[in-house]
Amino acid sequence: MHKEVALGGRIFTPVFVGMATLVGLMVIALGFRFILGLGAVSNMSDGYPWGIWIAYDVVVGSAFACGGYVMALTVYVFNKGKYHPLVRPALLASMFGYTLAGASVMFDIGRYFHAYNLFLPWKINYTSVMLEVALCVTAYIIVLWIEFAPAITSKFKLEKLTKILEKTAFFFIAVGVTLPMMHQSSLGTMMIIAGEKLHPLWQTQMLPLFFLFSALFMGFAMVVFEGSIVSKAYKLGDETTILSKMAKTAVIILSIFILLRVQNLLLNKQVANAFSFDTASITFLMEMLLMCTGLVMLAIKKFRTSPRYLFVGAVLILLGSSLYRFNVYLIAYAPMIGDWSYFPSIGEQIVSYGLIAVEIAAYTFFVKYFAVFTKH
Amino acid sequence: MKRREFFKNSLKGVAAVATVGAAPLEADVVKEFHISDKTVGILYDATICIGCNACVTGCKKANKDPQEIYDGEKAWDKPYDLTADTRNIIRQYRHGTAQTKNEIEDGYGFIKGQCLHCLEPGCVSACPTSALLKDDNTGIVKYFADSCIGCRYCQVGCPYDIPKFEWDDWYPEIVKCQLCDHLLEKGELPGCCSTCPTGASLFGPVAKLREESKRRLLLEEKDKYTYPVFSTDSGYTLVHKAAKYIKHHYGEHELGGTQVTYLSAIPFEKLGLPAYPKKSYASISNAKQRGVYSSMLIPAAVLGTYSFFIRKNMIEEKEEEKRLLEESKENGDKDA
Ligand code: SF4
Ligand code: SF4
Ligand code: SF4
Repeated sequence: MHKEVALGGRIFTPVFVGMATLVGLMVIALGFRFILGLGAVSNMSDGYPWGIWIAYDVVVGSAFACGGYVMALTVYVFNKGKYHPLVRPALLASMFGYTLAGASVMFDIGRYFHAYNLFLPWKINYTSVMLEVALCVTAYIIVLWIEFAPAITSKFKLEKLTKILEKTAFFFIAVGVTLPMMHQSSLGTMMIIAGEKLHPLWQTQMLPLFFLFSALFMGFAMVVFEGSIVSKAYKLGDETTILSKMAKTAVIILSIFILLRVQNLLLNKQVANAFSFDTASITFLMEMLLMCTGLVMLAIKKFRTSPRYLFVGAVLILLGSSLYRFNVYLIAYAPMIGDWSYFPSIGEQIVSYGLIAVEIAAYTFFVKYFAVFTKH
Repeated sequence: MKRREFFKNSLKGVAAVATVGAAPLEADVVKEFHISDKTVGILYDATICIGCNACVTGCKKANKDPQEIYDGEKAWDKPYDLTADTRNIIRQYRHGTAQTKNEIEDGYGFIKGQCLHCLEPGCVSACPTSALLKDDNTGIVKYFADSCIGCRYCQVGCPYDIPKFEWDDWYPEIVKCQLCDHLLEKGELPGCCSTCPTGASLFGPVAKLREESKRRLLLEEKDKYTYPVFSTDSGYTLVHKAAKYIKHHYGEHELGGTQVTYLSAIPFEKLGLPAYPKKSYASISNAKQRGVYSSMLIPAAVLGTYSFFIRKNMIEEKEEEKRLLEESKENGDKDA
């Protein structure tokens, strides 16, 4: 039987204050962005219309936030009740991850006052992959908050509301495991229309499947990553056994991913490109190397059951797969005409760090104030 | 439903995603566009363009676009590239000594950059809020700022890098050539075609332009030919000696075809017009989007199956907890 508890403790720790500083800097950068326009703070251009606010905060960030998705799948759909203690922490991280990805989009789009057009049936364009992602992600953010709501309502002793939430939970959980399947694969579909602007090592009609798979194993790897950190930081006791089981699932999905990817590259005759050692080839090899090293590390039981290697393996997988997503949206993307280059400006970086800081600060606050963790 | 069936169903779902992922897809533009008499376009013949840039000025005038400013100085109508202030540009090809027009070796040539008004436009497919729409009759791809959210997916989705964004505006818009439809409405010609002195930029109904280009492709080098100027039915003509045309009408088939098309003596790829296949990326993307979601059947089925099992599993879990609680109570009673 499990029961989550609030951890209590000081809110204004040094970590919290550091994060608040980063958030302050972000607010200043955003001030410039909203008054002077996107060009004033970012290095985005007509050649590279999307920068790290999309590639990192949305595309990579939302995959990092798939912990909640995969844990809900494991516990509720595949009925592995013993992993229940991992559900709420993962859910919380997902909730903030997705919420801030949504915030990042609002900073990124130029005509934010017109964002409501996305919800007007007579305006929306059903062939647009962007539309599907936007609607799905919005819905998912709401669902995540509803899923987490019982932790909040029970804190404030709103018993009636808590009861209702518990009764309807199954439905929202079901929606919550359907939506990521849709928008994570669509994040892959999104770049198909870029055609030859995306390097052939990455451009394939399999993009949706690759993005869905990467979301899944990144979700599991993230559960391991976060679990390792918080169990240490909050002295929750040793969670290695339970986390290594999650790592094993990540390994299985990642293996399928790599097999499919290699097969796809062979089919598309990309072997020469893969080993031409130009920029594209090098980033491709790096991506593969990171994922494969992590894979091998976590595939071996001896390593998987050691807290340190478990952590390192998860980090390697996360790095490799983030690089994969970065490549698809930025590094392997090049406009058809003209000499363009892109490297995130200081302003863009400040905003991205600021968003990560918000996430960490909010997470540390929530686990102290609301019942998130199960103590051993 | 038995558990086994559930797995079967979810496998079917995965299989569906996988087939959509792997199978070659038929062209599938949701709203298919067919060229009619009312469909208009521009035929740009690079071989007779003299690079005078009159069309660039004409375009700016027609659209009230400001001049480009470089390092604080206004460039004399000579923008470097398409931007939110420049919807039309003449680019130059140069090789070696750049002595002979229309030659690849030691030669030079020009090319016009503007929206091609694709028959299967990537920008229209991409735009989430229908801010870019293809006119049913003229086929002109128009922009409606009122619908635009400024996400710039159209820039990613355009195979010719045409839509430009007002990066330095606090509340920006997308800017691109709209074939001067505001002038067409008044019975005038597009700014670039009405100013072009040689007939290199020729306006007209797409069907007529295609016939025109077919005739030109039959010409031998140095054949005399009467070139219409301004528009196919303006009545003005000029006689030029034909250059050695590349036997290809760019835009007739590329990515499903375009309404602005090109003829040239210098290979199109050297002029920045990529050798594209017939099938548009937009149609592939559309088909994929339709395949998975048009019916919404797959997501709905998945959602249904999930709800069923989650509910069942949660009830079981509750009962298990209750049982454990009672057991521990009983044990407690015994101990006492
Ligand atoms: S049709 Fe009009 S907007 Fe388009 S390039 Fe010509 S002058 Fe410019
Ligand atoms: S050239 Fe680009 S902007 Fe113009 S219609 Fe085609 S996709 Fe749209
Ligand atoms: S920037 Fe505007 S026009 Fe372009 S895709 Fe986004 S909403 Fe549509």
